[in-house]
Amino acid sequence: MAAKSNLLNMVLCLTLTCLACSAVLGGIYAMTKEPIDQTNAKILSDSIKAVLPEGGELSGAKTEGDLEYYEYNAGGAVTAYAVKSTTSGFGGPLTLMVGVLPDGTVYNTSVLSHTETPGLGAKCTTDPVFTEQWKNFGPEKILAVKKDHGDVDAITASTITSRAYTEAVKQAVDLVKSLAKEDGNE
Amino acid sequence: MNNRLQTFTRGLVKENPTYVLLLGLCPTLATTTSAINGLSMGLATLFVLVLSNMAISAIARFVPDKVHIPVYIVVIATFVTVLQLLMQAYTPAIYSALGVFIPLIVVNCIVLGRAEAFAGKNGILDSALDGLGVGAGFIISLTVLGMVREILGTGSVFGWKFISGDGILAFVMAPGAFLCMGYLMVLFNKYLKK
Repeated sequence: MAAKSNLLNMVLCLTLTCLACSAVLGGIYAMTKEPIDQTNAKILSDSIKAVLPEGGELSGAKTEGDLEYYEYNAGGAVTAYAVKSTTSGFGGPLTLMVGVLPDGTVYNTSVLSHTETPGLGAKCTTDPVFTEQWKNFGPEKILAVKKDHGDVDAITASTITSRAYTEAVKQAVDLVKSLAKEDGNE
Repeated sequence: MNNRLQTFTRGLVKENPTYVLLLGLCPTLATTTSAINGLSMGLATLFVLVLSNMAISAIARFVPDKVHIPVYIVVIATFVTVLQLLMQAYTPAIYSALGVFIPLIVVNCIVLGRAEAFAGKNGILDSALDGLGVGAGFIISLTVLGMVREILGTGSVFGWKFISGDGILAFVMAPGAFLCMGYLMVLFNKYLKK
């Protein structure tokens, strides 16, 4: 059974335990750092590829306000933007990658991470009626769900998630519109 | 040998952590929105439970009585963080599905409970078996609860849909978790726990 406690052995025991545990953690951290970075980079690059047209070259990450975006160059001019946009959904943060053309047309969207309810809000990644509508979503359409007099078909019984998704796309489109305007003035 | 077998099987039914001891209900209710989430959470807990049980039974003799809880918690937290890093690196999809509940395994009463009640007083092999048994019991409970909720809530099992249209959506939400949990507990205690 356990040893009798005195100040010396209590301090010694806690110190040794913490030392041993930090050594283990340091080792595992060093071991997994590279795979974690690779996985995250792959998720990011896959999502960018999914939302932009093919061919052309991607710039490094740039930031404007809270948003992170990538410029996409083809033939010397910026032909599209990929914007990482986060809003709060029903279960927590909802992060999207949104591909937007300079005129404000949404090229495509993809979900980077979400914590929506399975079978309800989580359908925003799988429900074809919902996801397909974002392909070539023109600038003349209103970015709001139909319940709010917009042009977005919401997912059945998941209005909050659909609104959050729409809001994230809207953030991205607004950013691109302001960026495109700046480029035009130069 | 018979004793060893009992150490293992005890956690499955007679002292099932979820339906009999009612330990660790917070992750149970929160992560069982689908069968696959329940199963992954169960596996993650099993991993931590077995390793922390073994480590704690190895060091328990040298730990002064007054500081044994902090020492156990540090050991458990280490294994949880190891698991978190490994999952982030190699199974990112499951990692993002379970989210905050992975780090919260640290404060899961089952893990500290087994360390305190069993691993601190028994040998390494017995403690490993105990961890396996209780962990397996937890996996079964979570998977069953997840399956029931998924079937009633969305009409599918492990993501495979067998009816078209939606199920009774309330079962995927929190109230459904409590309802299913209650009925499963009644059935379990009436028919299985002799």
